[in-house]
Amino acid sequence: MSEAIENARTFLRPSKKLPTVWCGGCGLGILMSAMTRALARLGVEKNDVAVVSGIGCTGRLPTYVDFNTLHTTHGRGLAFATGVKLARPKLTVIAAMGDGDALAIGGNHFIHACRRNIDMTAIVANNHIYGMTGGQYSPTTPHGKRGTTAPYGNVEHDFDVAALAAGAGATFVARSSVYHAQELDRLIEKAVLHKGFSVVEAVSNCYTSYGRLNKHASPVDMLRWMKENSVPVGKAETMEPWELEGKFTRGVIVERELPEFIEAYDDLAERLTTSPSAVERVKSILKSFDETAERLNAKAE
Amino acid sequence: MTDPKADGGTTEMQVFQGNEASALGGLAGGVTFFAGYPITPSSEIAEMMSQALPLAGGRFIQMEDEIASIAAIIGASLAGSKTMTATSGPGFSLMQENLGFAAIAEIPITIVNVQRAGPSTGLPTQPAQMDIQQTRWGTHGDHSIIALAPSTVLECFTMTIDCVNLAERFRTPTVLLMDEVIGHMRETVVLPRPGSYEIVERRAPDPGTEDYCPFDCDEVAPLASFGSEHRFHVTGLTHDKRGFPTMVADEVDRKIRRIVDKIEDAADDLADYEEFMTEDADVLLFAYGSTARVAKSSVRALRGEGVKAGLLRAKTIWPFSTKRLRELAGDLRLIVVPEMNLGQLVLEVERGVCGEVPVRHLGRVDGHLFEPDDITGFVLKEAGR
Ligand code: SF4
Repeated sequence: MSEAIENARTFLRPSKKLPTVWCGGCGLGILMSAMTRALARLGVEKNDVAVVSGIGCTGRLPTYVDFNTLHTTHGRGLAFATGVKLARPKLTVIAAMGDGDALAIGGNHFIHACRRNIDMTAIVANNHIYGMTGGQYSPTTPHGKRGTTAPYGNVEHDFDVAALAAGAGATFVARSSVYHAQELDRLIEKAVLHKGFSVVEAVSNCYTSYGRLNKHASPVDMLRWMKENSVPVGKAETMEPWELEGKFTRGVIVERELPEFIEAYDDLAERLTTSPSAVERVKSILKSFDETAERLNAKAE
Repeated sequence: MTDPKADGGTTEMQVFQGNEASALGGLAGGVTFFAGYPITPSSEIAEMMSQALPLAGGRFIQMEDEIASIAAIIGASLAGSKTMTATSGPGFSLMQENLGFAAIAEIPITIVNVQRAGPSTGLPTQPAQMDIQQTRWGTHGDHSIIALAPSTVLECFTMTIDCVNLAERFRTPTVLLMDEVIGHMRETVVLPRPGSYEIVERRAPDPGTEDYCPFDCDEVAPLASFGSEHRFHVTGLTHDKRGFPTMVADEVDRKIRRIVDKIEDAADDLADYEEFMTEDADVLLFAYGSTARVAKSSVRALRGEGVKAGLLRAKTIWPFSTKRLRELAGDLRLIVVPEMNLGQLVLEVERGVCGEVPVRHLGRVDGHLFEPDDITGFVLKEAGR
C-alpha cells in the first residue's frame, strides 16, 4: 500500500463517525477517498485544511474527514468558505457540494465564486439528482431522464457544470468521475495546487435515487456507464460533435492565470498604506482612532 | 455597556452620520472582516468599511447578496475574525436563514439593520421600526438573540462596539437595530477614545487542551478558530458537545435550551435603559430608537399640561427585560408605547405588566417620524384629559 494511501486514511475521523450515512454503492465514498489521497500527496497538515459543504448527501462529507470542517446551509457552502479563506488565507479551503446544492440553490454563489478567483477549490459531485430528499430532478438531470418530480421525464435542460464554471471565469476547471478514481485524485491535487479558484466536477452515481428511476441495473452498471461514456479531453478534440453526443469529457478543461483575489487585495492595501493621499482620506474619517492613525503614519513614513 | 463618557477621555468634536458612527464603532470594536451587499439606507456602512478596512489591516468584500454576506462573516468569524455586516429590511429577511445557523452553531457575528418601512421593498428611504419581532423570531426554530437600539449618533458608535462585544461574550449573533433617521442623521459627537471602553476578546480554549468540546454544556464554551491547533466540526444540524450531529433526545433538548437560556437568563443583566422624569411619573412613555427622541419632547410638553409623564427608553431590545417595567408599574396609571409599526414591542410591555396597568399603543407606519404633538395629544386623550 502506498504511503499516500496510508496517510489518506489518517485523514478520516476516528471510527465513531463512520460508517457514513451514504448508501452502499454510492460514489461519494470514492470521491471522499480521492480527496483525502490528493491531500495526502500534497502533504497537508490537518489543522491547515478547512472543508466546507452545504446540504445534501455530499454535504455530509465534512463530518467524516479530520480537518476544520463546516457543514453549512443549503447552497451556501462557497459563501461561508469565502469568509473562512479571507479571514485566514493560509488555510487550504475546499468546498464539497452536490449538483443541486452548488448549481440550483447555490448557483448564484457558484458563479460569483468562479468570477472572484479566490484561492479555493470547489468539488461538485454531480450525480444528476437530489439524492437525500429522494430523487427529485436537479439542474444536471439530463433532458428526458426521470426524477420523482419528473415522473414522465425531465422537460428541462441540464447545466454542463464544467462549461458553466469556465464561462463564469474559474481559472481552473477539471472533470472526471468516480469510476476514474485515480484520475480524479490527480485532478483534485492539481486543483488544490492551482493558485486561484478551481472547480472539479466529479461525475458520481446515485443508484438509490437516480439509478433506479432511470433503468440502471446496479451501481456497477452506473460506473460502467461512466467508463463507456466519457472521453479524455485530448481525444475529444479530435472527435466530431455527433460522436460526443451524450458523453462527457475528462481531464483539465481550463487552466489559466489571473491575479488571485487575496493577493490582489493585499497588494492594493499595501500600496494604499504608502500612498499619502489615500491615507489622508481615511485618516480624515478615522481621525478618532489614534491607533489606526498611528499605524498609518508609521506605514506612510 | 460602553459608556461614552468613560475616563479615558474623548476625542475632539466631530460631525458624523449614524451609519458612519456605526462603521467606526465596528472598527473600534475590533471588526477586521466585513461582507455586505448594497441596500438603502445602510450602504454608507459598507462604503466606509471598504475604505477603512484595507488600511486598518482587515478585509472587505462585497458579496453577491445578503445570504452570502452573512455566510461569509460567519465563515470569517470561525476563522478567528471579529465580523460584521450591515443591511436593511429586504436584506435582513434574506439573512434569516444563516442567522439561525449562527445561533445554533454559536458563532459570534454582528448585523446592523438600518430599518426601513416594509413589508417587501416598502419605503427604502423612510424610517420604520418594523423589524423588531422579526429580529427575535425571523429565523425558524427556537433560539434567542441580542439586539440593541440606538437613539443618537453617538450610540450608533457605542452600541456597535457593544454588539461586537456581546457577540463574542455570548457566542451569538447580535443585531444593532437602527432606523433610517438615526442612520442618516448627522450629529455633533465626541467619541470616546480607544482604551476608554471595554473590548471583549474571544475566549479560546487553552493551548494544549485535549478533547476540546466547542459546544460544551452549561455555559458559553470557548471558541477555537479554524486554523488553530483545535480542529472541530460545525454543523447546522443539532449537535452534541463536540459538534457532531445528534438525534439523542437528551442532547438535543439540552442544546436548544442552552442557546436560548444563555441569553434569556441574562436579560436583566443586559437590560439598559435611559430614564427621563420617571421618579414621580404616573404616565409612562415606553419608547426606543428615534421615536424615543420625540417621546422625550412629549414628556416635557405633557409636564407643561400638568401630566406627570416620564420616559423609559429601552436601549436593549432583546432579550427583553421586564424588571424595570415591573418596578415602575406600581406607581403608574397608564403606559403608552409609540412605535413606528402597528404593535411589536408593545406586546412585550403588555406581558411585562401583566394587566396591572393599561397599556396603549400608538403606531405610525406612513414612513414618517412621530411629531411630538402626535404623542402628546394621544397621551392626553388616553389619560382622560
Ligand atoms: S441517496 Fe444517492 S447520493 Fe445519497 S447516499 Fe444514497 S446513493 Fe449516494
